[in-house]
Amino acid sequence: MTFLAALCAGLLFGAGLLMSRMCDPERVLAFLDIAGPWNPALAFTMGGAVLVAAPAFYFVRKRGADLRGSPTTLPDRFKITPRLIGGSAIFGVGWGLSGICPGPSLLLLTGGSVSAVVFVAAILAGFFASSRIDAAGNRR
Amino acid sequence: MSLSMTPDLWRSLGGGLLIGAGAAVLLLVDGRIAGISGILENAARGAFGALRWRLAFLVGLVAPAAVYGLGAIRFAEGLPVLAIAGLLVGFGTRMASGCTSGHGVCGLANASLRSLLATLTFMSAAALVVFIVRHGAVP
Repeated sequence: MTFLAALCAGLLFGAGLLMSRMCDPERVLAFLDIAGPWNPALAFTMGGAVLVAAPAFYFVRKRGADLRGSPTTLPDRFKITPRLIGGSAIFGVGWGLSGICPGPSLLLLTGGSVSAVVFVAAILAGFFASSRIDAAGNRR
Repeated sequence: MSLSMTPDLWRSLGGGLLIGAGAAVLLLVDGRIAGISGILENAARGAFGALRWRLAFLVGLVAPAAVYGLGAIRFAEGLPVLAIAGLLVGFGTRMASGCTSGHGVCGLANASLRSLLATLTFMSAAALVVFIVRHGAVP
């Protein structure tokens, strides 16, 4: 059940990214280019996604459990840290340079281009660097 | 701007509804959050989670693109810039514990102030970079 639900969730998510053409870097950059011929499409994608997911989050948050009754704790909603803002800014720079965020990068891999492989490998290297710095910080 | 719903906007909205449905299913049935940077980071370390749910999600995620093809896509930059951008995306999303999916979709759906600030920050940073690259000026 867990495996099947996760597979279905992934299929829906992946079909949504494909349908909204979020994996076309130029299209994402056209949304981010507010001074150019602005394309609002991505706002519809994010808005639609939030609209559908919000009731599910409300339900689980109030209940403290998922539909199967397993206790479910959602992440803290109010703790604002320099780490949150700094990390988001760094991510934003990478997203603005490339027009690619983590979900679409995985879809792009299916095209088999060197560009996609290099980008995903770099993401993994970034994960690794981040966890190394965290580990070093924890040792102090 | 006059807002007439073109087929392109309908597709964008429809895709968004599907993305939201995927996040809802994962949360309602498995009690998990569809944050792709976190799922990918754990899976890359071999941490597939209970009953390999992370692996299942990732397989589902890429399956539609693998079956139907990506359509027309254009990479905006060459390999050196893509490599630097990928590093920043990986580093930043782990530092901030979320990306467009974890903060932008799930966090906003959870009415999280943290995710709202994260989303405003990465959107602003990205828009600023695009402005500098495309219009050649620091505002």
